[in-house]
Amino acid sequence: MTETNLAPADASSQPVPPPREPAAGEPLIRARGLTKRFGDFTAVDGVDFDVQPGEAFGFLGPNGAGKTSTMRMIGCTSPISDGQLTVLGMDPRRDGTRIRARLGVVPQADTLDNELTVRENLLIYGRYFGLPREECARRADELLDFVQLSDRGKDLVEPLSGGMKRRLTIARSLINEPDLMLLDEPTTGLDPQARHLLWDRLYRLKQRGTTLVLTTHYMDEAEQLCDRLVVMDKAKIVAEGSPQQLIARYSTREVAEFRFAPGIQETLDGQFEGLAERIEKLPDRMLLYADDGEAVVTGAHSRGLRPETVLVRRSTLEDVFLRLTGRSLIE
Amino acid sequence: MSVLADARDRRGTAPLPQLGSSWSTVRRVVEHRALQYRRTFRASIFSSFGIPVLFLTAMGVGLGGYVDRSQDAVLHGLTYLQFLAPGLLAATVMQTGSFEASFPILGGLQWNKIFHAMFATPIQPSDIVYGNVLWIGFRLALVGAVFAVVIVLFGATKSALVVLAVPGAVLTGLAFATPMMAFTATQRTPDKFATLFRFGVTPLFLFSGTFFPIESLPSFLQPVAWLSPLWHGVDLCRQLMLGTVAEAPLLALVHALVLLTITTVGIAVAMRTVESRLVKG
Repeated sequence: MTETNLAPADASSQPVPPPREPAAGEPLIRARGLTKRFGDFTAVDGVDFDVQPGEAFGFLGPNGAGKTSTMRMIGCTSPISDGQLTVLGMDPRRDGTRIRARLGVVPQADTLDNELTVRENLLIYGRYFGLPREECARRADELLDFVQLSDRGKDLVEPLSGGMKRRLTIARSLINEPDLMLLDEPTTGLDPQARHLLWDRLYRLKQRGTTLVLTTHYMDEAEQLCDRLVVMDKAKIVAEGSPQQLIARYSTREVAEFRFAPGIQETLDGQFEGLAERIEKLPDRMLLYADDGEAVVTGAHSRGLRPETVLVRRSTLEDVFLRLTGRSLIE
Repeated sequence: MSVLADARDRRGTAPLPQLGSSWSTVRRVVEHRALQYRRTFRASIFSSFGIPVLFLTAMGVGLGGYVDRSQDAVLHGLTYLQFLAPGLLAATVMQTGSFEASFPILGGLQWNKIFHAMFATPIQPSDIVYGNVLWIGFRLALVGAVFAVVIVLFGATKSALVVLAVPGAVLTGLAFATPMMAFTATQRTPDKFATLFRFGVTPLFLFSGTFFPIESLPSFLQPVAWLSPLWHGVDLCRQLMLGTVAEAPLLALVHALVLLTITTVGIAVAMRTVESRLVKG
């Protein structure tokens, strides 16, 4: 990585073209054949994607799909192995430091300083971006208010709940007024209430035009936050589009879920034939895909099938993922 | 403008960082360590007094009473306390340096991961290394200064030259801290630290001329002392504090060069291991 060159910067001896703004309509992130290898293992295998200014873009996929490796390459903390990557119009291989100055990163694991108070964590982080102390203080107070932690400013980080720590991390990532926010599994491990609080804050950022790039293995998170997403599986992108487009393209409007008493499901081979457009057999239940779920239930009843429970619901990204990979998102 | 103003109105307004390590980037890392230290400052100063007081009382005064009765020529007419004080100063600062480059550094890379948080900003791995080396240097100067005060209080020095021994001790500490930092960055658990302290740091502490002149070792072992970085530090501090530098200026220069070389090599290796660790995640 050339950016860690120890030689002091000297503009006269090393002419570096000034980083330019991405032109209007040009993506903030552009990846072509982007690849990350660790020895013989390929974590990201030639992926292509663009992220436009102001959009919320998601990487949806199970653990180990290559989402975090992709994020770390965009965040300029992990060098790319192959392909092309442009972030904010710059090349991470050459301008990593400059790019990082304009990113807001929320890593998967908390990296807060437990020895400092909540407010000090924001102040010292602002200093890393070269902001003057008064400016750090002004922004810290405003951000604490935004993430609803104003009353905890003087407390140490350690006793905070997981949700509060995440909110503090989000506040921290905003201290430099980033052009692009990278959120790696922002709500993994949080309870439902804390997740909703966090989604609300991220939604507000999105309304303010902040470009969000996030990874998740929660389909509801992707549906709530993402304007557009790519589905990743085994280091590759397997589909791309808005949540609605993906559902329309890869699933039916509705799904009827049938749950039978243990042992019964295996005896029913062939009895569902023609009831639905597509049938998925999971170990604990059967999913029957059709545009009219109630019609499937009626049809099954008239064939004498008696499931223990029946649920008719809308298709989700989980169904898209199942269709594309034959597996569930959370295994 | 508000930090939360509409992103469309302020895209591309973030200040551009300069490339390469400089004081302005390194000092932010030092600032962070100083902010952390504020909370433990009092306790740390207090314990910095404890070690020299205990050792100088037990070894210098207690054991020294017996040693001085032997009137052994090998001490060149010094009291045992006078002989011991500079060696113990170097050895204590060496231990602090080794410690400060182990657990706190592993913490930043592995436990609270604050070095990873820094790396997500314009701060570079080299800033993190330089910043921590500077911080450790400051900590060592503090420990050394407190030790020097205790030496004066014990009446173990003949002159104000004790002031000169503190930078010598800091250099000794850094010669241990920087290779230790390079090693720490390759570790994910503190398991090997105990081994390193038990079989590395402690034997050096005991056999580097701290408690007795290396002339007292069997003659075949004496050249081995030359391989101990601590011996160079101990002898340098002793020369400085006892004012005997003028008798062997070349030797003092060799000591300083050895310590400086180890420190520099340690920093160079730490640059590589810390960066590679941060890149790995």
